[in-house]
Amino acid sequence: MDLSSDEVRHIARLARIALTDEEAERLRGELSSILGHCQALSAIDTSGVAPTAQSFSLVNVERPDEARPSEPVSEVLANSPAREGDYIRVRAVLEQGPDG
Amino acid sequence: MADSARSPGPAIDLDRSAHEHAAALRAGEYSARALAEATLARVEAQERDLNAYIRVTPDEALAQADAADERLREGDLAPLTGIPVGVKDVLSTRGVETTAGSRILEGFTPIIDCTVVARLREQGAVFVGKTNLDEFAMGSSTEHSGYGATRNPWDLTRVPGGSSGGSAATVAARGVPIALGTDTGGSIRQPAALTGIVGLKPTYGRVSRYGVVAFASSLEQVGPFARDARDAATLLQAIAGHDPNDATTAPEPVPDYSERFDRGLEGLRVGVPGEGLVAGLEDGVREAFEQAVTLFEREGAVVDRSVTLPSLEVALSAYYIIAPAEASANLARYDGVKYGYRFRGGEGMWDEMERTRGNGFGDEVKRRIMIGAYALSAGYYDAYYRKAQQVRTLVRAEFGTALADNDLLLTPTTPTVAFPLGEKLDDPLAMYLNDLLTIPVNVSGNPAVSIPGGFSEGLPVGIQLIARPFEESTLLGAAHACEALTDWNRQRPPLAGIGVPS
Repeated sequence: MDLSSDEVRHIARLARIALTDEEAERLRGELSSILGHCQALSAIDTSGVAPTAQSFSLVNVERPDEARPSEPVSEVLANSPAREGDYIRVRAVLEQGPDG
Repeated sequence: MADSARSPGPAIDLDRSAHEHAAALRAGEYSARALAEATLARVEAQERDLNAYIRVTPDEALAQADAADERLREGDLAPLTGIPVGVKDVLSTRGVETTAGSRILEGFTPIIDCTVVARLREQGAVFVGKTNLDEFAMGSSTEHSGYGATRNPWDLTRVPGGSSGGSAATVAARGVPIALGTDTGGSIRQPAALTGIVGLKPTYGRVSRYGVVAFASSLEQVGPFARDARDAATLLQAIAGHDPNDATTAPEPVPDYSERFDRGLEGLRVGVPGEGLVAGLEDGVREAFEQAVTLFEREGAVVDRSVTLPSLEVALSAYYIIAPAEASANLARYDGVKYGYRFRGGEGMWDEMERTRGNGFGDEVKRRIMIGAYALSAGYYDAYYRKAQQVRTLVRAEFGTALADNDLLLTPTTPTVAFPLGEKLDDPLAMYLNDLLTIPVNVSGNPAVSIPGGFSEGLPVGIQLIARPFEESTLLGAAHACEALTDWNRQRPPLAGIGVPS
C-alpha cells in the first residue's frame, strides 16, 4: 500500500487541511503504513454480511416537534472569532477579495 | 456560627475513596470546603510533575464546596455531594474553557454543561478542573495533547496511557478520588490499566453524549475512573440513563450498580479467549493475567479457555477505518467560523479555512481526518468503510456468541505496562497496537472494565472484564470481589505523597 504525493494532496483538499511539503511527505509514509495494516480487512469473507453502522438496537428515535427556547444570541456569539452586531463575520464566500 | 473554612481542621487523608469522604462529610469529620482545599493543594503541588490538568478551577471548586456544605447542613444530600471530581476536557462545562486538548478550541467557553456534568452538578459534586487528554481524544498516551504530555505517577518518565491520561493520572496519584473520562477505543480502560486504577466503559447508549466534544459518535461513551469498584459504581450511577437530548441513549432501566457486590466469584462463568494471550503480550503482563485467572478459578468461577474471538485482530483494522471516518465528518465543524481559532489573512475563504485547520490541528488529528476522508472518498468507500462496517457485524456476533455461555470474558487490558514517553510517538501504528485488546469492545458496543491486576517490574497491570450489554453490575460485582481478595487496588504510586497538607 503506497499512496502517491498527489493522492495525499487530494485527501488533504477533501479534508480542507493545508499541509506543508514536509508534512505531506511524512503523512504519505504514515498513511500508507496505517492503510496497509487495514488491508487485513480484505482477507475477511464478508459476503452476505450486513454492515453495522452502530451497535445500538434503536432506530428512528423521534421526539415531539415542540417549540423550545433557543440559547441567548449574545451567549452563542460570544465564542465567535469575529462578529458584527448579531452576526458572525466571515470571508466572502462567492468571490475572492477583501472581507465583505 | 464557626466558619469551618477558616479553622485549621484535621488533616484529611486523601487516600480515602469518595464513599469514605462522603461518610466523613456526613459525620461532620471535615467540611466539603476543607476537603476541596486539601484536594486543590495536592493537585496543584503535583501539577509540575504530572501535568494532569489543562485547567485547575479553584474558584469554581471552592464555591461548589461551600454550596455542598450548605446542602450538608440542610440534609439535602446526594452520594457525590461535596466530592471532588476531575472532568476530562472533552466534556463541555458551562462557563469554563473546554479545549478537547486542541489548540483549535483554545479559549472556547461552552454555554451549556454536557449532560453528565449537569448530573454531577445537581448532586453537588465539586469540579476540581479539566483534565488533560490526547487532542480530541485521539491517542493512547496523552502525548498528543496541545497542552503538553501528562506523566505517569508510577514513573514520571512513562506515559499514563490515553486518551483520558489526565483523569487516570490524577486519580492514581490520589489527587481526586474519582474522575470522568471518555472511551472511544480504549481511552478509559487503557489509562486505568497503566496507572493501576479502575476504569469502566459503559455499554454504548448507556450514558448520554450530549455536550461531549464528538470524535467517533458510534463508538464513544463517557465513564468513570475510581480507585475501587464502589466509587466507580457510584459515579456510573450518577451519569447513566436516558437523556432526551441524546437520541442514542437507551431506554433500558438503570439498575443499582452495587447490586452484585455480595455475589462473589463462585459459579461465575468466565471465558478466557486464547487470542488475548498470543497477541504480543509482555511476559510480566502474561504472568499477572494468569494469576488473575487463577484467582477467579480458586474462588469458584468456572473458567472456559475454549472461547474464541477470531476477529479480535481484524477489529483493530475495522476501528482504524470507522473511527477516522466518523472523525473526519465530526471534525468538519472546526472551520474557524463560529468559534475557536481562526487563521487570519489568507487568500480568500478556502485558503483561510484550510490554514485554520492546518495550524489548529495537531499531527495525530490530521492523520485520522485524512484516513477517514480517504476511506469515505469515491472509489474507496466499499473497500474500506463498508468493509469495516461488515467486519463490525462479525465482531459483534462473536462477542454475542462468546457471552452467550459466559457471564464475563477476561483479557489483559493492554499488551504491555506503561511505555516510556516518546517511545511510540513517531510510530502511529505501534501506538495503535497498544489498544488491540480494548478497541474490539468499542466496535461491539459491550461494557467492559479495567481493574488493577498486580504489577510487572513495579508498574501496574490491568485486567479487562467484558460483559453482555447493560450488565455493568456484573462487571462491578466481580471487580468488587477481586478487591476483597487482593490489595492490588490499594497500592499507591510514589508521587501520591506530594502535596500532602501539613
